[in-house]
Amino acid sequence: MAVKMVNLTIDNHPVSVPAGTLVVDAAKKVGIEIPVFCYHPKMDPVGMCRLCLVEIGRPMVDRATNQPVLEADGSPKISFGPKLETACTTPVSEGMVVLTENDKVSEARKDILEFILTSHPLDCPVCDKGGECPLQNLTMRFGPGESRFLFDEKMRLAKQVPLGELILLDRERCIQCARCVRFQKEIVDDPVIGFSQRGRALEIVTFSDPGFDSIFSGNTTDICPVGALTTSDFRFGARPWEMNAAASLCTHCPVGCNLTINVRREARAGGRDVIKRIMPRQNESVNEIWICDKGRFAYHFTESEQRLTEPMMRKGSELVAVSWDEALQAAASRLKKAGEKTITLAGGRLSNEDLFNLCQLTSGLGGQYWMHGTMGGGDLLAQVGVGQGTNLGEFGPGSAILVVASDLHEEAPVWWLRVKQAAERGATLIVASARPTRLDRFAKCVIRYAYGEEVETVTSLVPEYKTDVSEAICAGIQGILGAENLVVFFGSDGLGLEGTTALAAACMELLVKTNHFGRANNGLIAVWPNANTQGAFELGYRPAADLASRLAEAQVAYIAAADPAGDDPALAEALRKTGFIIVQELFMTPTARMADLVLPAQAFTEREGTFVSGERRVQRYYPAVRPISGPRPDFQIAAQIAAQLGFSLEERLASLVFQRLSEAMPDFAGLTYQQLAMVEEQWPLIGRHDLYFGGTGYDNHQGLGVQLKPAAQRLEPLNLPDVPELPPLQAPEGAFLVVPITCLYDRGQTLLPTSLLHERMEKPAIYVHPKLATRVGLEDKQSFQLVLNGISTLVQVIFDENAPEGAALLPRSVGVPIQGPALAQKEIVSG
Amino acid sequence: MFRGILEGMRQTLRSFFEKPVTIQYPEQKRPVRARFKGRHVLKRYENGLEKCIGCALCAAACPADAIFVEAAENTDERRFSPGERYASTYEINMLRCIYCGFCEDACPTEAIVLGDNYELSFMDRAASIYTKDMLLEPVPAVDKLTPQSTPPGVFTRSVPEMKDPED
Repeated sequence: MAVKMVNLTIDNHPVSVPAGTLVVDAAKKVGIEIPVFCYHPKMDPVGMCRLCLVEIGRPMVDRATNQPVLEADGSPKISFGPKLETACTTPVSEGMVVLTENDKVSEARKDILEFILTSHPLDCPVCDKGGECPLQNLTMRFGPGESRFLFDEKMRLAKQVPLGELILLDRERCIQCARCVRFQKEIVDDPVIGFSQRGRALEIVTFSDPGFDSIFSGNTTDICPVGALTTSDFRFGARPWEMNAAASLCTHCPVGCNLTINVRREARAGGRDVIKRIMPRQNESVNEIWICDKGRFAYHFTESEQRLTEPMMRKGSELVAVSWDEALQAAASRLKKAGEKTITLAGGRLSNEDLFNLCQLTSGLGGQYWMHGTMGGGDLLAQVGVGQGTNLGEFGPGSAILVVASDLHEEAPVWWLRVKQAAERGATLIVASARPTRLDRFAKCVIRYAYGEEVETVTSLVPEYKTDVSEAICAGIQGILGAENLVVFFGSDGLGLEGTTALAAACMELLVKTNHFGRANNGLIAVWPNANTQGAFELGYRPAADLASRLAEAQVAYIAAADPAGDDPALAEALRKTGFIIVQELFMTPTARMADLVLPAQAFTEREGTFVSGERRVQRYYPAVRPISGPRPDFQIAAQIAAQLGFSLEERLASLVFQRLSEAMPDFAGLTYQQLAMVEEQWPLIGRHDLYFGGTGYDNHQGLGVQLKPAAQRLEPLNLPDVPELPPLQAPEGAFLVVPITCLYDRGQTLLPTSLLHERMEKPAIYVHPKLATRVGLEDKQSFQLVLNGISTLVQVIFDENAPEGAALLPRSVGVPIQGPALAQKEIVSG
Repeated sequence: MFRGILEGMRQTLRSFFEKPVTIQYPEQKRPVRARFKGRHVLKRYENGLEKCIGCALCAAACPADAIFVEAAENTDERRFSPGERYASTYEINMLRCIYCGFCEDACPTEAIVLGDNYELSFMDRAASIYTKDMLLEPVPAVDKLTPQSTPPGVFTRSVPEMKDPED
């Protein structure tokens, strides 16, 4: 599809841009900056602030002949309008002449800025935005030296209005550009803030309870062109110019959002480096310039006081602190004795380098290594994962997205955002889920199934199996058939290990049968529970269904970044039988409490490494703070134990481990840290040198990452697994079905230390449909003893009309262990 | 040649009877000039509240990177300065400071002033770091110590409206 190009002249520079481009963007292409406040390249223009006024002329056309009028020298005669026009709302047209630097324009800018500043408090010294503020920058560059308005007539408004516990509003500073209001409405579909009143009385208000109830609220502070919206986390934390920046990645979900971590040494922290704030780093193929509030605020675990700082060994019944030498020797001698009776269990939070060294160490001993988790199917992504060059931002008409068994809004918010935007651009979105999700509104077709029918549903979407199917599925098949590109997201909503493994196989079958694999913008994406679950799969780790018996039989269990005992009572029971437990962790988890040897590991902010996102993009993160003394990086600990055993593993640098990894793993072949750090120019241009898009965090100098080619794209033969059938889920008399769901703010180990989010965290509660509740005999807000897998926990009942009638929903990681769909009972308390 | 020696001796003799220019420091001290730049002082308002609002512009202006500021939030129950923000940490490394006075110029509230004190001596490097307690000027009365409890809605402005800032 050829895009029509339009030629115009901006300040005597000839420009050729696609039709429909706005004058501001066209100017940016040739490096001419037209100042803006309300305009944002990610949102529709509104033309509210009038700062972008420019002089625009168009070629004159003779009405009689419809021919352009020519000057004496043969050039087209240009007619300039009597007034200036807003460059942010005017699309380019052929032969247009734009003047951005003449006296008329400068005068207009000066006047607009003077108007905007009439009621601005000018409290830049105490403003958190001061130093990276578009209003400050533009006033310095284009504004008047002094104001003619009377100081006494300034509006005096509330200085500190909490919109919620996360975002604070300063009413005086607001210049009413509506970027935040438009962001919430247009981009994230959470219109919880809006304008109230008019004229000079206009103010931003929130009308949700709790206030500003949106999981993307932090982004409004980034795009606010003044210091009107600030986060309570960063409030008066530091001045922007005082902080150092490090590139990092979000570790909370498989999207792999690129982050900038701002750090400063602080006297009140005893001279330690302190993370002051986290901001999004631009990566147009991953997170654009957005991150969710979990990624923005839930970093406090890395600097928690509860972090483990020294190795500990069980002596008698107590864990006592020992030196690293002693700990490493003890670990090595135990592992040597155990030999092939060693089992290594790793979590999806570890970097590829850690996982590589751990699996090298374990295979050197002849032992087995497993992943801790209840979601399977990652091995299939190595075959039919999305192809290299996939970018959800390119999805539009002709593309289709299928989301199965995942509430993306809660599980991977930025994917939700991008899928939603793709649907709005015209991509066919098909949502298959057992309960309503926030994505349904944007879907062309919503397929509702009962928990347990996930695999069946996906299989029925394969066009060639077309049998007697429902209308919704028919519409789904039509959507898939009509699409050139298809991406399938599958999650673990209501599913355990068995269910997700089967679902992944069914999704792969669908993709293969419809020939949507092995190329860019086609393939499978898994909505993993952790940031690097995909990386663990790539390196050969698999979740084990019979983990309990394996752990019970092992002589040494080496557990890194996983808490099996805390997650699953059956595994805790099994670990009691394990000969010797080595735990490598950040915190004293329930598993660590059971351990014979505890090794403190470094947090991701203290070291470097790589993750593989759900879209199989390998990305690098960099050290942000100086490590606290004591803990060591996971890969180093594994290598140092290996050294005691006489194997040579790389312990010096993550980059050297990665070098070995890329030599050993065909999927990573040829990849280097240098390649991962490469960047190219990204549009829209947003960043540090920019006067008007604020935020010093957007600039991405440290790498866009590299997407791995799936086997299908490398033209290797596929190995299509059989799709196992799942046993139907039915509850016998006296019991009811409970399925696990994922919630954004759970009570996980990495989230709890962020006290700011406590109010929004899930409580130990189950969501029950009123009809199901009546059947079981539960009442709303009632607390009762839930018996699940033989364990009784006190939970609260929350009535939820959106929950299916067949099963109650239990969020993961809120203190009630659940691995997959399970039968539950209400404990009868006698007396 | 003789003449030259006599000339010199005459000069010596004359100086012998003149009033000496040296003074008996430290018993005797000479007043400093009006624009002398000595050790910094953090000023207070008359009600005892600190003028410093912790904006760290002095630290930004400092060519020697001698100033370090950390800010925190005021409440009406625990108020250090007018407005929302105050300096919870304020440190100047007097060994680094070059007494240029840029911090004075940068200060939006005239909180930091280079004073008259030039008698700085330390026994070790750590002692050269002057903290907020050492820099703040003494309170006029005991009841004017910070933090103060203030009525709500009175001290809402960080930067005072200065009609004609004095130099």
